[in-house]
Amino acid sequence: MSDARPRLGGLLTREPRVVAAGVGVLAEALAQQAVPVEEVDWRPAPEESLPALNAVLGDPRRADANARAVGRMLSARPHLVDVRPASEVLGLEPGVFLHAGPPLEWDRASGPMRGALMGAMVLEGLAGTPEEAERALARGAATLEPCHHHGAVGPMAGVVSPSMWMLVVQDDEHGGTACCSLNEGLGKVLRYGAYGPEVLERLRWMGAVLGPLLRDAVRRHGPIDLVGLIAQALQMGDELHNRNRAATALLVRELGADLVAADAPRAHVAEVFRFVAGNDHFFLNAAMAAAKAAADAARGVPGSTLVVAMARNGTDFGIQVSGTGDRWFTGPAQMPDGLYLGSYGPADANPDIGDSAITETAGMGGFALAAAPAIVRFVGGQVPDAVAATRRMYEITLAEHPVLQIPLLSFRGTPAGVDVTRVVRTGILPLIDTGIAGREPGTGQVGAGLVAPPAGVFADALAALAAAVPRGPA
Amino acid sequence: MSTTGTTRVEVRRGAYHDSVTLMRVSRSLAERPDVAEAMAAMGTDLNREMFGRMGFAVPADAGPNDLVVAVRTARGAPGRALDDAFRALDELLRRPAETGAFGAQEPARTAAAAARRTGAGLALLSVPGPQVFAEAMDALDAGLNVMVFSDNVPVEQEIALKEAAARRGLIVMGPDCGTAVVGGAGLGFANAVRPGPVGVVAASGTGAQQVMCLLDAAGVGVSHVLGVGGRDLSPQVSGRSALAALAALDDDAATELIVVVSKPPAPRVAGLIREAARRLDTPVVFALPAPGEDDLTAAVERALAALGRPVPRWPRWPAPQPPVPPGRALRGLFVGGTLRDEAEAIVRESLPPAAGHALLDFGDDAYTRGRAHPMIDPTLRLAAVAEHAADPACGVLLLDVVLGYGAEPDPAAALAPALAAARADRADLAVVVSLCGTPGDPQGRDRQVAALREAGASVFASNAEAARHAVGLLRGLGEGVPDE
Repeated sequence: MSDARPRLGGLLTREPRVVAAGVGVLAEALAQQAVPVEEVDWRPAPEESLPALNAVLGDPRRADANARAVGRMLSARPHLVDVRPASEVLGLEPGVFLHAGPPLEWDRASGPMRGALMGAMVLEGLAGTPEEAERALARGAATLEPCHHHGAVGPMAGVVSPSMWMLVVQDDEHGGTACCSLNEGLGKVLRYGAYGPEVLERLRWMGAVLGPLLRDAVRRHGPIDLVGLIAQALQMGDELHNRNRAATALLVRELGADLVAADAPRAHVAEVFRFVAGNDHFFLNAAMAAAKAAADAARGVPGSTLVVAMARNGTDFGIQVSGTGDRWFTGPAQMPDGLYLGSYGPADANPDIGDSAITETAGMGGFALAAAPAIVRFVGGQVPDAVAATRRMYEITLAEHPVLQIPLLSFRGTPAGVDVTRVVRTGILPLIDTGIAGREPGTGQVGAGLVAPPAGVFADALAALAAAVPRGPA
Repeated sequence: MSTTGTTRVEVRRGAYHDSVTLMRVSRSLAERPDVAEAMAAMGTDLNREMFGRMGFAVPADAGPNDLVVAVRTARGAPGRALDDAFRALDELLRRPAETGAFGAQEPARTAAAAARRTGAGLALLSVPGPQVFAEAMDALDAGLNVMVFSDNVPVEQEIALKEAAARRGLIVMGPDCGTAVVGGAGLGFANAVRPGPVGVVAASGTGAQQVMCLLDAAGVGVSHVLGVGGRDLSPQVSGRSALAALAALDDDAATELIVVVSKPPAPRVAGLIREAARRLDTPVVFALPAPGEDDLTAAVERALAALGRPVPRWPRWPAPQPPVPPGRALRGLFVGGTLRDEAEAIVRESLPPAAGHALLDFGDDAYTRGRAHPMIDPTLRLAAVAEHAADPACGVLLLDVVLGYGAEPDPAAALAPALAAARADRADLAVVVSLCGTPGDPQGRDRQVAALREAGASVFASNAEAARHAVGLLRGLGEGVPDE
């Protein structure tokens, strides 16, 4: 009897081609016979994680669940559809503030998080001065909730208050929506914990001028396909986390005519162009919202070991996993390794902060470093280092992005979809590009570089996945 | 040109390499024409002693985490010979890595990732048993067939892996699968045999090697040898992989006859397999050596008959053996479990019980915990040869030598001197060797035979004949085989 499909995947009819893990002599014996053999640089998984690893790998739901989850993430088609104040789009009430990362209380908040919350209190008119705001926040006068709990993300401190304008992104494929605030630029800015008069003045201008003009332009233009735009930017040297120069230029080009065509004073239009032209990171927030929409599409698939959020609040690093619902697995935020601005140094740095690791979650940022040779100095200065970093991420991801491609790797898709089991098995941690905030409130940005999550969050997530494996018939 | 050899001892701090790699490096260095002696080893006490015996002075502070390399050039070797040898050493120690664009690509860290790079269809896993499940399951998910060389894998994990493979139309060979041949590629321990019409399903590694070597000696080749692991035909695992292998071989155009090799399976499972075999288009011959059943050689002869091929006289290379005084015992020192079992069955049915006969399997878990298999590392069996030879109650030493890919590169190099030494001390000791190998094996079967015979051993290609010959010697029959 002969099936149409060859038995055993063609094992008995195809030229033998082998991968070998373990004892070197067995691979050598194949090489001796001129059989193509690829040796695995295998390392043992941590002993204490073995029972959970075996339970999760043995879960018959896992393979299909992961295929479904990562398939949803990669087929998402996020479009920029609107720009609206947080009070409208998220229903944010006065006195409620969103922040980056997993849940956090004022007492545990780091310097830049406190600084950003203080500035936002003043911006919303809930305090007259930053000092007054600090006292009020310490009293518990405000409600703090993670952006991620509201379908939103925010870079660095990620503080969102009701009057701030948000980019609104809609996933055409799966119907989800995601939001991200407008990018303020670099240096002394609220998201890095600065709250001086120039910070608040800029935020007020963004609310009064930038937000409404962008809204009108986007509405006039119609939905902008962000994945298509990001794919182009990757081929122009962006990785969409620490470099967004090409994507920002592409977005301005896309919206230019509609900004001009709007019924706004010419001076305001010029201000908007000048602002965006002076901010190479303007597109970052759109990339984050796109990534959030894609990652959210992959949530809630029972049995899936796909990471759907990586986020930091300046104190904790947290991840969420498709198969474990909205539960956070947290550990201490790590110190980034990077380059510092001016006279700042590592002693001035705050631990890792921001929701922007959503870009890595969806296969951009550090995972696409090989696409961005211009910023390789963050990884040791050489292009091969960036290529090696991206290649290493394929070891812990479930898929290659069908649309986002890396020219240097012959247009291979970016590594996408972090698999908890692969991280635990290999010990390879996701590589995250990041800005570095000053540890003292009010300082602002002090540098940029790379950071990794604490390994424990993946072990904890694995244990929870193992506990959720249904007991099969014995 | 210098007239005497020169010596260099180099210590590389903290440069760890596994002992098998270093054995091979040592051999490659020693084989260089300008080199008289060479050894590369970690600086353990044992190895330091060895360096000392070879006349190399190892610095006192070289410890077990340091690589020590010592080379003495041959007399008359050119002055650059030492430098050349150490350059060659660097080459031998270098891990090969693929060079792609923008720097060498780091090796993959999982079998699934490695397969994605090369399009491989089979993963050969020999990582520690308790760690193998995740790697194997992930490989199955990636669409790979899996051979698990590792032992110490819990049976429920074996069943889970085999069920997952069945759902995906794949096969798990193992755990504890030592031997397979797929599309001409020998995996694990496998002999260089000619391609041909016989497909083998093997729950026994050395059993499969014996069958393929005898077939090869009869001029008949194999299509594939699919190992299934020693526990596959147990009541719990219930022949899951054997059934998949039978179906695949039945479907294979190159396979005209299937041989199933196993230690005797559980009766219920044996029934299941025989029932499945009856439904195939391809004829199946069973080789399940047990007391009262055909031995492997007889099963191979049945297979040859089924193919209409003549049964040859199995190769043998006798040497004169001393008459064995009555009352002496047989000591069997085996590296192949099935070869041991087959020999024991023959001994049990031919000799009175409880006469001090003992047949040991050095491949048993008890001997391999934390050590390489005796087909790679002969140390323990060599020690046992000396020990049993020194025991006056021992009349006949019966040993197996298994050649092929994956096995130690020159087993006779250590075993022949050990046997010669045993014979030098004990003129009344008979030595019989069952040699499982083919002329094409990398160790060179005929070279191995010559060395073993030189050391005084009678050598047989058929393990059953070797065992019967040993039994005959104990019964005082003959001093060798008359017809050579």
